[in-house]
Amino acid sequence: MRERPVPTWDNPLPGVPASVARVKPPPFSYHRGRTVEHAAELLRELGPSARLLAGGQSLLPMLNLRLAEPAHLVDLGSAPGLDVIRRDGDMLVVGATARQAAVEHSSDVRALVPLLAEAVEHVAHPPIRHRGTVVGSIAHASAVAELPCAAVALNAQLTLLSADGVRTVGAEEFFTGAFTTSARADEIVAQVAFPVTGPGTGQAWSEFSLRRGNFPVAGAGASVTVADGEIVDVAIAICGVSDRPVRARAAEAALLGTRPGPEVVAAAAAASIADLAPRVDGDLAAHILPVVAAPVPAWGYRASVAKSQVRRAVTTALTRAGGVR
Amino acid sequence: MTATHESAAGLGEIDTDPAALHPITITVNGTTHRLAVEGRRLLVDVLRQDLRLTGTHTGCDQGVCGVCTVRLNGATVRSCITLAVQADGAEVRTIEGVAPDARTLHPIQQAFWEKQGLQCGFCTPGMVLRVQEILEQNPCPTRAQVREGISSNLCRCTGYQFIVDATVEAAERMAEGS
Repeated sequence: MRERPVPTWDNPLPGVPASVARVKPPPFSYHRGRTVEHAAELLRELGPSARLLAGGQSLLPMLNLRLAEPAHLVDLGSAPGLDVIRRDGDMLVVGATARQAAVEHSSDVRALVPLLAEAVEHVAHPPIRHRGTVVGSIAHASAVAELPCAAVALNAQLTLLSADGVRTVGAEEFFTGAFTTSARADEIVAQVAFPVTGPGTGQAWSEFSLRRGNFPVAGAGASVTVADGEIVDVAIAICGVSDRPVRARAAEAALLGTRPGPEVVAAAAAASIADLAPRVDGDLAAHILPVVAAPVPAWGYRASVAKSQVRRAVTTALTRAGGVR
Repeated sequence: MTATHESAAGLGEIDTDPAALHPITITVNGTTHRLAVEGRRLLVDVLRQDLRLTGTHTGCDQGVCGVCTVRLNGATVRSCITLAVQADGAEVRTIEGVAPDARTLHPIQQAFWEKQGLQCGFCTPGMVLRVQEILEQNPCPTRAQVREGISSNLCRCTGYQFIVDATVEAAERMAEGS
């Protein structure tokens, strides 16, 4: 009878070389960015097979599952000055390594960009938010995640830094598809700036997920400005119904210039996905990592959830703006 | 095997060997360890394999289940989706560091025992550390707040009811004790 291999401390997987059995992520060379500029130089030097690491709450699962096999990791975690959350004129700036938990508990964020504060509460669970970064989640560019969608609803401005210099892109131009962005491989999203709300503006995030902390089936963020009882500015973005977070322009058009009431909001919500083409079954964009894994709800269902989330988000935003009687 | 990359931009020689060892210093349950680890070693694997602290479990390896929960500089984190190099300089507390001494259980552990807050025990180390954090932030939570708080950690045995019972019981004991 063949002897059964026994797991040992040094090799938990008998039959597999210990050097392999002791690790789950694929091999990569690890580099610590001393500053954001140093990290950018490292990315340039190491080429497109290098990936940037911030909190790692999206990247590490991908490495453990070997969905990503970067040759090099450049760690931004210890670069100084990147964990800022500060007001800069009309913008609230969130640095590349500011944790989701820090943004969630920031009184500045709650007062100045309430939609971001509310959306970040829905990202996974506290132990994930203790490590995950707001900017990293945006850069990961999941089409179902809260923070990319909030960035689109808020018309956030992303600062992309490379060895060549700095450029700014709007959130809508940043997302180009599922897990794909307009940033080059050697560019770092150094910070994201969110416009600060003014008087008369109400914001809200609403989503439906199957379990607490899961990615939503669909979600919506709304920012509405009311003056003299009339909607003078409105931005709505939806996640879960396209290959990227999208503005619900038909819903916005249905609301702009109206005196808000439940009927107006219901009609706008019904129109909210009018511009979108239906998505196929087994849609990669509906998954939380770039792999088609567990079954996801059909597009028709996600679309109907999205409409109800638009209605809820707009209704709450209007109440907060003082616009619904 | 070694690999280096000569930088053109004045960064000097970049060591691109995946097997390169990185020096880290972590303080686990009050003991400081100086280790040299590959970049790809996970914090949970370093705790279990290198430091032999097997109270921290590995479950899903993708941050979903919470059995690998440890406190990193006081905050609960998933040690399966944290690289050991990311914990350089950090203070780590694992389940082995929860009880005050080898003969005395922490009130949370005592309450888990008495209220049957565990069955197979696989989720328990992570659950106890998460409950500890919940009670530090809110010493007198409602049952609903406990359920919300522990929703980060999966348990496939208890149905959570007895874990909620144990948490409420622990909160009362800790309030009496303080």
